[in-house]
Amino acid sequence: MAAGTDRPRDRFYNNSKVRSIVWQAVLIICVVGVAWLLARTTAENLARARIASGFGFWNVTAGFDISQTLIEYSASASTFGRAFWVGLLNTLLVAVIGIVGATVLGFLIGIARLSNNWLVARLSTAYVELVRNLPLLLQLLFWYNAVLKTLPDIRDSLHLPLGGFLNNRGLFLPAPVGEGVGVLVWAMLAGIAGAIAVLMMWRRRPHQVRLALAPVALLLPPVAAWFLYGEPTAVEYPELGRFNIRGGIEVLPEFVALTTGLIVYTSAFVAEVVRAGLTAVPKGQVEAAASLGLRRGAALRLIVVPQAMRVIIPPLTNQYLNLTKNSSLAVAIGYPDLVQVFAGTVLNITGQAVEIVIITMGVYLVISLMTSMAMNLYDARLAMTERR
Amino acid sequence: MGAATPIAYVRSRPAERRRPPVSARGPFAWLRQNLFSTPFNAVLTIVAMMALAWLVPPVIRFLLIDAVWVGADREACLAGPDGREVGACWPFVRERIFYFIYGSYPLGERWRVDLFFALFAFGAGWLLWLEAPRRTLGAAYFFVVLPIASFILLSGWPAVGLARVDTALWGGLLVTVVVAAVGIVLSLPLGIVLALGRRSKMPIVKFFSVAFIEFVRGVPLITVLFMASVMLPLFVPPAWSPDKLMRALVGVTVFSAAYMAEVVRAGLAAIPRGQFEAAQALGLSYGRMMRLIVLPQALRITIPNIVNSTVALFKDTTLVFFVGIFDFLRTIEVARADPKWATPVTSATGYAFAALFYFVCCWSMSLYARRLERRLSAGQGR
Repeated sequence: MAAGTDRPRDRFYNNSKVRSIVWQAVLIICVVGVAWLLARTTAENLARARIASGFGFWNVTAGFDISQTLIEYSASASTFGRAFWVGLLNTLLVAVIGIVGATVLGFLIGIARLSNNWLVARLSTAYVELVRNLPLLLQLLFWYNAVLKTLPDIRDSLHLPLGGFLNNRGLFLPAPVGEGVGVLVWAMLAGIAGAIAVLMMWRRRPHQVRLALAPVALLLPPVAAWFLYGEPTAVEYPELGRFNIRGGIEVLPEFVALTTGLIVYTSAFVAEVVRAGLTAVPKGQVEAAASLGLRRGAALRLIVVPQAMRVIIPPLTNQYLNLTKNSSLAVAIGYPDLVQVFAGTVLNITGQAVEIVIITMGVYLVISLMTSMAMNLYDARLAMTERR
Repeated sequence: MGAATPIAYVRSRPAERRRPPVSARGPFAWLRQNLFSTPFNAVLTIVAMMALAWLVPPVIRFLLIDAVWVGADREACLAGPDGREVGACWPFVRERIFYFIYGSYPLGERWRVDLFFALFAFGAGWLLWLEAPRRTLGAAYFFVVLPIASFILLSGWPAVGLARVDTALWGGLLVTVVVAAVGIVLSLPLGIVLALGRRSKMPIVKFFSVAFIEFVRGVPLITVLFMASVMLPLFVPPAWSPDKLMRALVGVTVFSAAYMAEVVRAGLAAIPRGQFEAAQALGLSYGRMMRLIVLPQALRITIPNIVNSTVALFKDTTLVFFVGIFDFLRTIEVARADPKWATPVTSATGYAFAALFYFVCCWSMSLYARRLERRLSAGQGR
């Protein structure tokens, strides 16, 4: 035994388990040490600069205005905490509209890239190459400063179909008015949720039943609400005055520029995802479907798209997350999103950088983590259906 | 049945010759096959042509035909009394071009920036040209010699006769290249370490790597930059407080390291298990296995993706805009607000110039990545 201990591999410091524990202990000590040092210096610096710490500012009156508020907010009565929610809701609004727009445009362009029409395929390739190779910030500045700001002023507003106006003060759209609007909006959201539930959850039912039931689930709640409420909503059109526009919905030019920029930028990436997904389905699948006698439409719907979707959905979700994160570039053009309101204005007023940056990052982190959890569930379910 | 009975399904004489298709080749056939094969396709073609006719001529008119080419100030780029439409205002770009390239770098010292560009281009070319001789030396040059030399060159070292130049004076293309280059040079090694950490069997090492990567990838770059610019000065004693550019560089490096880690991880995952096992069977230690066997193969197949994330990083450098640094885009933003050149077309001209610059850089990089990818996949059969 004594001779054995002399062999190098028997020495305790050559044992891989011991080494691994030592390495990890060193890592922990380093990380904790650095964190402690940073925390101490930060506390000293904050004390020296007389910056308060903690989250007390959350309930302090904000005292600044926000140009777009989805919930009630006033400079004199609302708190910094309220401003946070206003900013978060504005971010989510841009994200939702951007995601819908980028999906529609991206799928169209992705499919067009594979078209057997030479011109259409080339045009969509050019679009994707151009948009992907320009920084988003440049595109946003372009939309805002070179397009929206150079539109005619109110008197010479561009007239849009259905009674809308577009000018350098923003986009003015007809608005539904009446007491039923709130109920109707909720009913529509319920309908969308119902349709998604029918499509995603009800796996036992055959494909056709689900496809037939989804529109019913989508339309039933709004239609029912419309009749039950018994008060059809009216539409209020914006009216062009000499110096301003009355009525309707006013959409900020910043919002228009931001959503346009995000939709255009993200759609190019979505198009690439869609193209990759469609080309990932082996040619043999289409040929097999044809030899079974399926028509081209049926082959696409039943054979190609379901297989392509498996490839498309994970990177597509990634693009949705990117869009949400990219919406923070709103700062550049002054759209009041979370970063602009909270990490911009509130930070400047309170000076509590640490807390505010941590909260802002936390919000995006929660969104990301929730999405990737959903993605993992989706992957797990796909893996299961494959085994069956 | 006698031999005389004719067999019904055998032809006794050649089939009648059919007329050839109207056209199977030539430009008209091409048009028919590629543009007008079905009614739907014909409609698509016409819509696409209308879109082209609506978009392309105004752009060309703006950039070339109606553009103003000479002039001293805004007067040249205003619509004349004849009410003629005015296109791009190129004298504005020409007058400001040195600002766009050097920012406020002192006039007499600008040769240092030029030299930096040349050194950088030399290093990048050495690394990206796969047949170049002594590429290991090239890597050493790019990742060790170049950063040190550039730092001394650009920020100055009075002992060797180079005057100090405050980073607040740096700007334009110089800053864009510096931020992108520092991001790549530092994030690649960091990314490799993080990727190895993420694949490690040690749970705590793995935990820290995953936490760092997922945290950074989960938040927007702009918040990382804010964090670097407002929190970094709090983290260190006031005497060491880094300047603005340094803070932004830290933010960009941290951000791109997380993305680089994922790129390298994908490369590592593509290496067959047998390579690891063979290395271990030869008795190589972990470090040697990675350095001699795994990483050279993994990094080689990862080059296209590294270039692609360089493109992303290059586009993202524009975000240093928000922490008070005058990169290329910011210098254009500043110049376009100058009253001397205030015309309705100045903004569009500035953006067109910036778009041209970013497009040429990013597109050539992605073309390179795509060609390399094709070549590598052809050779490796992967």
